[in-house]
Amino acid sequence: MIISIASGKGGTGKTTVATSLALSINSGIQLLDCDVEEPNAHIFLKPKIQQSKTVYIPVPKIDESKCTFCGRCAEVCTYNALAVLKEKVLTFPHLCHGCGGCNLFCPQKAITEGDKKIGVVEIGNSSHVQFVHGRLNIGEVMSPPLIRAVKEYINPTRSVIVDAPPGTSCPVIESVKGSDFCILVTEPTPFGLNDLILAVEVLKKLTIPFGIAVNRADIGDSSLDDYCEKENIPILMRIPFKKKIAFAYSKGLALVSEFPEYKKEFIRVYKEISERIR
Amino acid sequence: MKQIVVISGKGGTGKTVLTASFAALAKNASFADCDVDAPDLHLLLKPEIKEKHEFRSGKTAKIDKRLCQECGKCIDICRFDALRKDFTIDSISCEGCAVCSRVCPTNAITMEENLSGEWFISETKYGPMVHARLGIAEENSGKLVTLVRQNAKKIAEERNKDYCIIDGPPGIGCPVIASLANVDLALIVTEPTLSGIHDMERVADVTKHFSINTKVVINKYDINFKNAQDIRKICQVRKVEVVAELPFSENVTRSVVRGMPIVEFCNDQIAKDIVALWKKI
Repeated sequence: MIISIASGKGGTGKTTVATSLALSINSGIQLLDCDVEEPNAHIFLKPKIQQSKTVYIPVPKIDESKCTFCGRCAEVCTYNALAVLKEKVLTFPHLCHGCGGCNLFCPQKAITEGDKKIGVVEIGNSSHVQFVHGRLNIGEVMSPPLIRAVKEYINPTRSVIVDAPPGTSCPVIESVKGSDFCILVTEPTPFGLNDLILAVEVLKKLTIPFGIAVNRADIGDSSLDDYCEKENIPILMRIPFKKKIAFAYSKGLALVSEFPEYKKEFIRVYKEISERIR
Repeated sequence: MKQIVVISGKGGTGKTVLTASFAALAKNASFADCDVDAPDLHLLLKPEIKEKHEFRSGKTAKIDKRLCQECGKCIDICRFDALRKDFTIDSISCEGCAVCSRVCPTNAITMEENLSGEWFISETKYGPMVHARLGIAEENSGKLVTLVRQNAKKIAEERNKDYCIIDGPPGIGCPVIASLANVDLALIVTEPTLSGIHDMERVADVTKHFSINTKVVINKYDINFKNAQDIRKICQVRKVEVVAELPFSENVTRSVVRGMPIVEFCNDQIAKDIVALWKKI
């Protein structure tokens, strides 16, 4: 079973929910932190990293001795990652999506795919939790290829928890794609609700069943509850707003490690999700 | 005309609340919401949309089943797993590279332009605002951010504004980089948590990488005084100025619920600090 944790709005508590879920379930768990731009799960799980793998994306390399500057590569490139001048071909690797079109259609077979480093995937363990995360290199523009690389390490023999990034576009889609259920973490404020509605539309388009976890549940107003009732969206759990929770979080301490009384809540949610998927 | 972008690395640190306050305090400015994935600035500035534009970006493959011979060349060639075994296209995975349409021996695949979103030019009581909404499960958010930036700059110049204040997205990828391009100041809003510090350092690395003038605001500094001190030390080493430390205030949430910038909602310590911050920058 693969459970993804997303939100729409940043800072609602995705990592808190993801790591708490992982730590509350006794065995057979794997956590993938797919927020490769700003990974945080390792702060709370403190995994022992056993393997580090550099991730590359293929970018065009022109063999100018074979190139006739015909311009076909630039013609087929949808992303304007190649420009053919009189006696030179310019490549813009940050625009390249790695589709392979340029080398496929080059009549002189003058293009090969060089490798461009975009980041690393790190694999390790934190007590009983198998851990994988990605870290995008500074200045790299695209995270989906690195997120795909992280997800290659999904262990099908385990229950997998995927911590997704904030937002609603390609990095989130790449992270939640293929999951059996998504927990949307939100807060009962207008920002939380506004972004939640967008995230809900994404999950509906992806046909992934979902439920809500409300964090800082006692602030804001009732519009979130009203929305969930109207749309028939299950609220799976509520975490209260407590300064001591915020303080523990600020020190990098996992919620269920500091406050083990919450473990049973996460176990209940996990069981409920398992039932819903069935 | 100076362009100021408010970013964070970590989500939820207070970018939009701060941007809205600057909007209320600035006497002659235009605004841009570059968080096109999950825009929120409009909830506080209450823009009246004057112009609506379509954002068309990228294409999606479409197979004409009548011409399809099911040879499978498209499935073999696709790098994004967008071709299903039943010869239909997974439009969400499709990145619009068009390689499949070029290899198809019967020309059964055409590329259709995506309506990827919308962008708006609006008026608020504080000045003009450019904002956008990326379509559900669409790509090219960086391009949409760039469009918002270009138009916000154009309006600011046309109307002789002193500032263009930009609400940035979280993260460090394409949309953030697009929102940072050519700004005069990047204000990083962070919080004194280990996650906040970790993420602040990464986004500060990005602004450094692109040689952008950067300053830091520590929001909710009273959650953890030790961490706030660590942030000050880190910024000192990086030679980045910490321009303000804002206290946690329950009035922030109340002002958001009310739908107004906090500096208009109340006059408590945080409002005073934000006024001082704006004067400083």
